[in-house]
Amino acid sequence: MAERSPEDEATPNVSEVEVVDAATESEAVAAIEAPVHRGEPILQVRNLVKHFPLTQGIVIKRQIGAVKAVDGVSFDLHQGETLGIVGESGCGKSTVAKLLMTLEKATAGEVFYKGQDITKLSGRALKAVRRNIQMVFQDPYTSLNPRMTVGDIIGEPFDIHPEVAPKGDRRRKVQELLDVVGLNPEYINRYPHQFSGGQRQRIGIARGLALNPEVIICDEPVSALDVSVQAQVINLMEKLQDEFNLSYIFIAHDLSIVRHISDRVGVMYLGKMAEIGTDTQIYDHPTHPYTQALLSAVPVPDPEAREGRERIILTGDVPSPANPPSGCRFRTRCWKAQDKCATEEPLLAVPERFAGQDTPAAHESACHFAEEKDVVHAV
Amino acid sequence: MTILDMTADVPAPRDAGGPLLEVRDLHVEFHTRDGVAKAVNGVNYTVSAGETLAVLGESGSGKSVTAQAIMGILDMPPGRIPQGEIFFHGQDMLKMSGEERRKIRGRQIAMIFQDALSSLNPVLSVGYQLGEMFRVHQGLSKKEAKAKAIELMDRVRIPAARERVNDYPHQFSGGMRQRIMIAMALALEPDLIIADEPTTALDVTVQAQVMDLLAELQREYNMGLILITHDLGVVADVADKIAVMYAGRIVETAPVHELYKRPAHPYTKGLLDSIPRLDQKGQELYAIKGLPPNLTRIPTGCAFNPRCAMAQDICRTEIPALHPVTERDGGELVGRGSACHFWKETIHG
Repeated sequence: MAERSPEDEATPNVSEVEVVDAATESEAVAAIEAPVHRGEPILQVRNLVKHFPLTQGIVIKRQIGAVKAVDGVSFDLHQGETLGIVGESGCGKSTVAKLLMTLEKATAGEVFYKGQDITKLSGRALKAVRRNIQMVFQDPYTSLNPRMTVGDIIGEPFDIHPEVAPKGDRRRKVQELLDVVGLNPEYINRYPHQFSGGQRQRIGIARGLALNPEVIICDEPVSALDVSVQAQVINLMEKLQDEFNLSYIFIAHDLSIVRHISDRVGVMYLGKMAEIGTDTQIYDHPTHPYTQALLSAVPVPDPEAREGRERIILTGDVPSPANPPSGCRFRTRCWKAQDKCATEEPLLAVPERFAGQDTPAAHESACHFAEEKDVVHAV
Repeated sequence: MTILDMTADVPAPRDAGGPLLEVRDLHVEFHTRDGVAKAVNGVNYTVSAGETLAVLGESGSGKSVTAQAIMGILDMPPGRIPQGEIFFHGQDMLKMSGEERRKIRGRQIAMIFQDALSSLNPVLSVGYQLGEMFRVHQGLSKKEAKAKAIELMDRVRIPAARERVNDYPHQFSGGMRQRIMIAMALALEPDLIIADEPTTALDVTVQAQVMDLLAELQREYNMGLILITHDLGVVADVADKIAVMYAGRIVETAPVHELYKRPAHPYTKGLLDSIPRLDQKGQELYAIKGLPPNLTRIPTGCAFNPRCAMAQDICRTEIPALHPVTERDGGELVGRGSACHFWKETIHG
């Protein structure tokens, strides 16, 4: 953890993409297998868009609109870091996860993994990418097949990627993985229902680790767990990151946990990135009104700290992503909104007033009236 | 366990004249294939008018089962109440007939559930469902009931209530649906509301709106409120006093500020230490080792002893009573109790 200093603020969120031209599939696979240095971008997302069509009619289907789940999102994930993504339900954070996993096909935009656009890959190259990007799901009760033993669940990835573990070696490999995630290797023949929630999430993590991936996408990995077990799983994930040199995308709605585990944090609202920066920049120096409202609404288990904090209570609900507001999408709930916000969409960039200054407020924020406001600490 | 009467160390109620609800030595067990699961093992608490009691615990701690026993909606069998009394306005509800309890339910004690979508009937309009309370309990006509429903929707601040009264539950957002649940609970102006994880399914920004509304209405109607939750943060905002539950027992009680500042039970202390902070980046999180116990095989002695760093021999043999917690010099700490043999060491270090 020590070398991942949060003060390392020189890296911009979005860097130049070095596209690796691969004429043949083998070249693409070679590029995907090539090592990346710590701190270099491993995953670069550019203007990613996913629209789900809304149709009308049963026999003759007509498209009458689209749910704009993700509408132009760009960010970098660096090797060895944890990027947290926060936002309310419906903001598109889980859709981003599915797009990165190539479980959904992007409507537009690119996702570069080591310079290869994975939205355009197929065949062996796509398979190689999928081996390197794994996922840990939210609900350990439904993401494990109740009729398979733990050994079969963790070993199943080897059926698809037999090169990682030859057949005779699999049982030993699975037991090793169980040991790594802190479960007794003798449990290999047990079924998921014999485990508690926290133990099941460890099984899910072991399955994610099976193919030695480089990136793990964690979609709400601890939100279904009890408080006393959450800390165990979070500590395990941090330990594994150091041990296996992993990069995490950590999607969650619990802002305290995201701060704890993340090096950088992106705040999403209605399919767009509202603000992105290091954990200190976002939590201690937020400049986007939405981030400020979100942070101020977090219930803090310390009544005294609570009373000294300013609370911003947002009115209304998140608008429908099928019909987002014009201009800035947050303007319908924003207390700073002016005419400009309805007509002109604010871009995700370092606000002009902070540009070039050596202040933690100088990070990317998509607001016309970006202003620093501390809502986390008691005054 | 000796009954250390919690009524003695409860802060003075805002409304003089005895507690609204008093739970005494309540036990609930379930007969399952794996044996008898002891979900509640001697719970005592009181709630007065205008007071908010937060019951905090993890899944399986017995917090919801206690509430269901109070409400009278436990599935029996497999559930059984072998022991205990639940006094409401001074009368033991466990001795009442089904008909008598039915009259209390909804009218005097109402409940708000976690998941509003599955608690509302999807094929009936919300206006119809709200109006049902008045038609069934007060015998109002359809028209009068609808007018009352609109009034209630206004009370819980649903915009354009008149137009939305005929809408169906799926047409409302999660926060709005939870407001409708609150409206339904308030409909007959009950004396006591039990809210079981009322904001767990909601986003943080909406969570704050709903909690504020609930607290405000409670003050206005001077109701007693039992807030059941696993979220230490939510509790901090609205509760007057907290009871922490573990394996079917109350392990610690305290006024809300005191609990966070100086926990007197190792379990409470561990929970507080295991939550990451929003205002600073911490080091490695403290994690309570092990898992919550299986309720069919609760450890002997203190149920927390296998996970406790302070456990001694006495903890494995003797169930600790809820000791009154005092200052180091013996000064009284109003409303505080800890079911730990070593509470002194825990709170005073």
